Amino acid sequence: MILDEKHEMMRKFFRQFAETEFTSELCDELEATGEFNREIFDKMAKAGLTGVKIPVAYGGQGGDYLAYAIMIEELARRSVVLSIYANTSNSLGGGPLLYFGTEEQKQKYLTPCATGEKIVAFGLTEPGAGSDAGGTQTTAVLDGDYYVLNGRKTFISGAPFADYCIVYAKTDPTQRGSRGISMFIMDMKLPGVSVGKHENKMGIIGYPTSDVIMENVRVHKSDLLGPLHKGFAAAMKTLDGGRLGMAAQALGIGQRCLEESISYSKDRKQFGQPICRNQGISFKIANMATEVEAARQLIYHAAAAMDAGSPECSKLCAMSKLYAGEMCNRAAYDAVQIHGGYGYIKEYAVERYYRDARITTIYEGTSEVQQMVISGALLGKK
Amino acid sequence: MKIIVCVKQVPDTSGRVAVKDDGTLDRASMATITNPDDMNAVEAALAIKDKNPDCKVVVVSMGPFPAAGMLHECLAMGCDEAVLISGREFGGSDTFATSQIIAAGINHIGVEEGDMVFCGRQAIDGDTAQVGPQIAEKLHLPQISYVADIEFDGKTVICKRMLEDGYMTVKVQTPCLLTCIKELNTPRYMSVKGINEFDSKPYTVLGYEDLKDDPLIEADTIGLKGSPTNVYKSFTPPQKGACQMLEGSGKETVDELFGILTRKHII
Amino acid sequence: MSYDFKDLAAFHGVMVFCEQRQGELMPTDFELVSEARKLANDLGTEVIGCVLGGKCDGMPHDIAGYGADKVIVCEDPRLEKYTTDAYAEVICNVVREYKPEILLFGATNIGRDLAPRCAARLHTGLTADCTSLNVDTEKYIQFLRENSTIDVDKAKWNYEDKGLKMTRPAFGGHLMATIICPRFRPQMSTVRPGVMKKAEFDEAKAAAVKVEKFNVVLDDAQLKTQVVEIIKESKKLVDLIGADVIVSVGQGIGSNVEEGIRLAQELADILGGVLGASRAVVDAGWVTADHQVGQTGKTVHPKLYIALGISGAIQHKAGMQDSENVIAVNKNPDAPIFEAATYGIVGDLFKVLPLMIEAAKEAKK
Repeated sequence: MILDEKHEMMRKFFRQFAETEFTSELCDELEATGEFNREIFDKMAKAGLTGVKIPVAYGGQGGDYLAYAIMIEELARRSVVLSIYANTSNSLGGGPLLYFGTEEQKQKYLTPCATGEKIVAFGLTEPGAGSDAGGTQTTAVLDGDYYVLNGRKTFISGAPFADYCIVYAKTDPTQRGSRGISMFIMDMKLPGVSVGKHENKMGIIGYPTSDVIMENVRVHKSDLLGPLHKGFAAAMKTLDGGRLGMAAQALGIGQRCLEESISYSKDRKQFGQPICRNQGISFKIANMATEVEAARQLIYHAAAAMDAGSPECSKLCAMSKLYAGEMCNRAAYDAVQIHGGYGYIKEYAVERYYRDARITTIYEGTSEVQQMVISGALLGKK
Repeated sequence: MKIIVCVKQVPDTSGRVAVKDDGTLDRASMATITNPDDMNAVEAALAIKDKNPDCKVVVVSMGPFPAAGMLHECLAMGCDEAVLISGREFGGSDTFATSQIIAAGINHIGVEEGDMVFCGRQAIDGDTAQVGPQIAEKLHLPQISYVADIEFDGKTVICKRMLEDGYMTVKVQTPCLLTCIKELNTPRYMSVKGINEFDSKPYTVLGYEDLKDDPLIEADTIGLKGSPTNVYKSFTPPQKGACQMLEGSGKETVDELFGILTRKHII
Repeated sequence: MSYDFKDLAAFHGVMVFCEQRQGELMPTDFELVSEARKLANDLGTEVIGCVLGGKCDGMPHDIAGYGADKVIVCEDPRLEKYTTDAYAEVICNVVREYKPEILLFGATNIGRDLAPRCAARLHTGLTADCTSLNVDTEKYIQFLRENSTIDVDKAKWNYEDKGLKMTRPAFGGHLMATIICPRFRPQMSTVRPGVMKKAEFDEAKAAAVKVEKFNVVLDDAQLKTQVVEIIKESKKLVDLIGADVIVSVGQGIGSNVEEGIRLAQELADILGGVLGASRAVVDAGWVTADHQVGQTGKTVHPKLYIALGISGAIQHKAGMQDSENVIAVNKNPDAPIFEAATYGIVGDLFKVLPLMIEAAKEAKK
């Protein structure tokens, strides 16, 4: 896809931002502390990144899916974890509010989410319900003007510092599987809400993840988001956009691995010549570049399909995430290999990218779930 | 009120610079950027606009059509209008002729009571720092160059003007011209919203026909013919003699080096 | 008297604008006057100093000692502190009366503010930040022989040409350009401080100075800028230009900035030198801008320049390649800094630097 002038300008802006603000000191600090860095988040918010895909009327920047994909790609190219900082509000956090919120809910929750004033987490996964949301055990029972929520969500990115959480809970226990589930906007400061300990992760360190525990949390019925009992279909719509973002993140990882490999293999001399003069190395780089570009074209095409409202977009987003996630793991593997011993030590970026890459075939739908979505679209659901 | 900001598109000399065999710059092979000091001028204008919403920021450049991309970026940062001064007749201008033309362009836009003109101190391709003051002269505006801080109360401008050994505080009334340095501010980024909206803002190209009636524009004041200075020779400096690389980097090597320095009375 | 900027034959003499701050002449004034003397000798003409200020007692004597035949003194309370308006007005009037064929300014922040304004008003050319000036074609050819890759023997030369050939770096030092101003007078140039060599002070010449007081006419209504105050920064100025030894640090100190600067400063102190830095180090805010060597910083020519962890971007080399001796320490054996170095060590500066400090202490015993 040949980008138009505006999207080229956006790429330039995102790249300038990431190259200027995501310093190696900052990246090292995130890695060392594992903590959420409010300062860089605020900078990203001020530059409009947290609201890239949210309409201007709700404090966002009014960008399209293509703009969003390019942003995540460019941010991840400098720091995978910081690409997540700008992602949630545009996808899993802001998405449900944008698609299903009432005007009042949008004003109240989406606008501060877009401007970075408030942080919204996404609470779907449970200990017994991951890819299969039908196993959701969290319940919400109407009691006067309030729904009373009980249950436990797990692996919730940003939960420890989020202001709100979009929570999925069973509202109609008589319906089976993924039916009978509703979405709620839950204030994280409500009595009965607590978070578990921070998970000690392999990668994407610096954006804490934890459980969210709900014990008789009273959520006002005005905070029911979208249609009652039909929350899961809503979640699916949000997941398409999220998958696109995660595919773009994987693309940024692949791109960085490629750049690091090119530069290292030109500098590193063995047997009297730069190692890039060896076909064993140069062909790896040729393959890596080809796969990165193939992923890019697929992702941009999927983004354009989302923008056009194409019926293909769910399948294309799944394909994007499947391909890019697997691609970036191959790229990271080869990048470490090309770096040899240096690739195994933390002084070199590829060490971190190797660990960060691993999550991209897992979260927001494993590669196998993407294959289910794709095959389902092609062959029909069983 | 309005602020007119002059910007220039320059080759990025921070990376690898390509020189052709004839000793001239191979511009085609180099990336272009907006001149860094000019970005500080844009930011200074936008910062004043932030506090004075009725202030209009007009960004002006002289150059060939590809400079449009740079002007689009300025609009995406928040400038209100862009003007590109472009024409075959203007090519080959030195700083004198360039300032004649840009001053004519600014006259065309109009400088009124309360307005200001901002420039970057100097462009990284020529490093002359001459065009700003020369535009001021042609427009009969007072100038303050090397500006590192601006206080503006709507009429009076008080600037911190840097010297090599300190600074002076200079006061001037609008209209006036300031040249900005990097210490003044950190330029803001474009925004996605700004990028989406840039093409709805006024964008004007001024050619020779638009400016020819200005008294500043004469056959002998613009372009190559109107330039008082000409390039006589252009060349690349020669490489120095070969460096003597010392073996190793341990104590013996360093002692050997200091032995040489002492024997040669360098230290 | 009529004034016509195109009447080349009417212009004679080499004039130097001698800048003073708080009643003190700037060091670069003397470099300029010394250079003007050489040009005037080649032209067979005189050197005219021009100084503006509130009171300029004693200044003509100092200016003449470096080669000026005549000094024009423009005194007025409104000239005590520099303003573009007043200075440009007076200098243009001086030029209209004296008609110098060459007019030089120091490329200081003031010279580079004033000269372009005057050139625009006088309708003539101006070349910024020159590092070499020639009127004599033979000498210019010799200059090219030593400083360029041009094959001067193949080129055709007009040996009668006495026009000012003003050479300056362009495009961040990647290119050199010689600029001429063939049709208009005066031929104006700002000259980079620290580049021209100061002559020996000639007491007899100083005593023989002709002083001419200029009748300053200023219209207050035309003076639109007002100096509220002048602050001299109290911080110790880094005298890079005058230093014999400079120990410079580059991005290579990045892994331990404080330690890198401390060690480099210690080595500089032992060798009686000063601390320099590359642009990257200054841009990162690790040291202040007055330490910066290079295209956008200072041009230096010490006896010894030690480059530590500086890759040697061409902008940096532009500011230090005239150093008499250059020692480069860099991890990367292919770093361009070695092209500008006399001696090179490939190694980690944090390991080499402490050894150098020891060796320097030993050598200085």
